[in-house]
Amino acid sequence: MAGEKSVAFVAEQQIPPSPPPVRTGGALGWARDNLFSGVFNSVATLLSLAFVAYILAMVVPWLFIDSVWNASSLQGCREVDDGACLAVINERFLQFVFGFYPEELRWRPILAFVLLFVAIWPALFSSAPRKLLIFSALYPLLAYWLIWGGSLWGPVGAVVGIAIGWACIRFLPPLLARGRLDEGLAFLAAVGAGILGAALWWLFCVIAFEEALSTVLAISLEPVESARLGGFLLSTIIGVSGIAGSLPIGIVLALGRQSNLILIKGVCVGFIEFIRGVPLITLLFVAWLLLSYFLPPGTEFDLILRVVIMVTAFASAYMAEVIRGGLAGLPRGQYEAADSLGLDYWKSMRLIVLPQALKISIPGIVNTFIGLFKDTTLVIIIGLLDPVGLLQPIRADQNWNGIVWELYGFIALFFFIFCFAMSRYSMYLERNLDVGHR
Amino acid sequence: MTAATERDEERRAMTASGEVAIEIAGMNKWFGDFHVLRDINLTVYRGERIVVCGPSGSGKSTLIRCINALENHQAGRIVVEGTELSSDIKNIDRIRSEVGMCFQHFNLFPHLSVIENCTLAPIWVRREPKKEAEDRARYFLERVKIGDQALKYPGQLSGGQQQRVAIARSLCMQPRIMLFDEPTSALDPEMIKEVLDVMVDLAESGMTMLVVSHEMGFARQVAHRIIFMDEGQIVEQNEPEAFFNNPQSERTKLFLSQILSH
Ligand SMILES: Nc1ncnc2c1ncn2[C@@H]1O[C@H](COP(=O)(O)OP(=O)(O)OP(=O)(O)O)[C@@H](O)[C@H]1O
Ligand SMILES: [Mg+2]
Repeated sequence: MAGEKSVAFVAEQQIPPSPPPVRTGGALGWARDNLFSGVFNSVATLLSLAFVAYILAMVVPWLFIDSVWNASSLQGCREVDDGACLAVINERFLQFVFGFYPEELRWRPILAFVLLFVAIWPALFSSAPRKLLIFSALYPLLAYWLIWGGSLWGPVGAVVGIAIGWACIRFLPPLLARGRLDEGLAFLAAVGAGILGAALWWLFCVIAFEEALSTVLAISLEPVESARLGGFLLSTIIGVSGIAGSLPIGIVLALGRQSNLILIKGVCVGFIEFIRGVPLITLLFVAWLLLSYFLPPGTEFDLILRVVIMVTAFASAYMAEVIRGGLAGLPRGQYEAADSLGLDYWKSMRLIVLPQALKISIPGIVNTFIGLFKDTTLVIIIGLLDPVGLLQPIRADQNWNGIVWELYGFIALFFFIFCFAMSRYSMYLERNLDVGHR
Repeated sequence: MTAATERDEERRAMTASGEVAIEIAGMNKWFGDFHVLRDINLTVYRGERIVVCGPSGSGKSTLIRCINALENHQAGRIVVEGTELSSDIKNIDRIRSEVGMCFQHFNLFPHLSVIENCTLAPIWVRREPKKEAEDRARYFLERVKIGDQALKYPGQLSGGQQQRVAIARSLCMQPRIMLFDEPTSALDPEMIKEVLDVMVDLAESGMTMLVVSHEMGFARQVAHRIIFMDEGQIVEQNEPEAFFNNPQSERTKLFLSQILSH
């Protein structure tokens, strides 16, 4: 027994708190910890470094050292140096950006683009002044007017139509419900009335409205035809409208899909499944060719607008499913807690359910955004001149015949910048919204 | 003993006054084919504190969830503070704002800070000014002894603290009735006490309380009446002393012997 220690133990003193150890070793220590911690990791690090070096050794001289910025043809480039012939981008840059937008009016899309950042600022960063949201709401109207020109009252008329629809949906249900109509039915009826009212306004009243106001106060910009829009301007228009439209529509569809009202649910499920089941190209063809058969003869319905609608519808269907995933990921207790506090459906959705569901869905939402943005290049199929569409005439041009890498690389860079920015923003947002684990 | 008899006196006075908070008559509920609640008759008087116990799956949660219409009953009637629960959404939302509920898993809103959790419903349901709602939230957070955590998020609090916030959140709506569904059964023993203390404090303030719980010490200490449920039925109800010392039905005796043996 002697020498055997007892297992009983009583702490004799309180150990005082001490500061955490400082990280030792600086850059070298960091490299040892993260790059060379063992044989396998060291080998992997060296191989990766070799690979990166190899790629850089090929690209850097081609792109930066031997590249030619000033020449009037591929021939010209080759006479100077054998690197990238960036002269083509130098020459065609403005066309890539604006398509065939009239030169003297290009300040308008530029202004619209700058204002875009003002408009999305309050939506992206909660530190922005809240009052700016009013500007964000009006921005689509402003941007449309700046880019397409024409009388200001045209887009205002379109917005009035939306306002009519919204007012019906907002204010009719209580009135109808008072007339002893069931709540759900009243809501459905109001939605129907809203859609009908807006459609009637757009079909029969907008033109008169525009003309009437134009005689009173004519504010107009020189109109620009859709056919002249192209390049990154076109991609941005379609992409940004698609993104801005698909999120709210996707939310509505996702909520509708969960609805107890069989009709609303049916419409949403039908829409989602149909749109998701069809390739985007088909939808674009529908926008291009078929839609004119369905519209009343003589209606001029802008092709780009039709494409925007189709792209938005397509992305909305995916968005709805992404958000449905988020809604399903929310514990049932959250819905119950909201109910038990007496919050009605809309309030509990807006204040409790959606903020959390959307947060869960951020990666999927941004994924859909990025996919949508890249899909805008498909409009080349129906003859719109997005950047990829602009390549054909350039490559067919005698002077630049044979150039491939420089042009595609340039377009790729543009898309990469946009998509990478979205990706980074989503990471920032996730980090920012992360308030303690459950 | 004296405390208990005092409480019995209190209860008789409440019954005599006839001020009914909740009246459940001939209530039945099914989940599909499964008959969860069978012919429930229960009258809760204003200020009364009732503890509901019974084996797992006996329908305790379902019963109190029917009272604020988180579940719908299929037969019989439930009248809460004079308003009958029907399918009318307006009625249901009004009753819910009069009836506070605490859940086993707290169900705080993780994306809102503690104070926002507490002010959300007063601001959006009762349309109170933000300042007023915040003042009251601070008062109740203080009362559940958690005033210094107001700006934290639920994910940063311990279970017991979260449950106390949940109680404060309900109280901020100034409900006339509080429902508790096993408020302590997801907690560690140390935290159980801090939550029970808050509930005892609440009981002393005269709140009408309906508590599903297996904390028999708490039941003895504050309940006016204890209800024992089994298989969807109220099997026995009595004043605490009588309930524990002299249970009538075999099932109650069995249940008590199991629950009190450890
Ligand atoms: N949504 C539901 N659908 C179908 N059956 C359900 C549902 N909720 C509960 N039940 C069943 O109803 C019965 C009563 O459930 P309840 O949750 O009321 O029991 P409980 O007495 O609260 O039990 P516990 O002490 O375990 O919480 C159980 O058999 C349960 O399986
Ligand atoms: Mg239960």
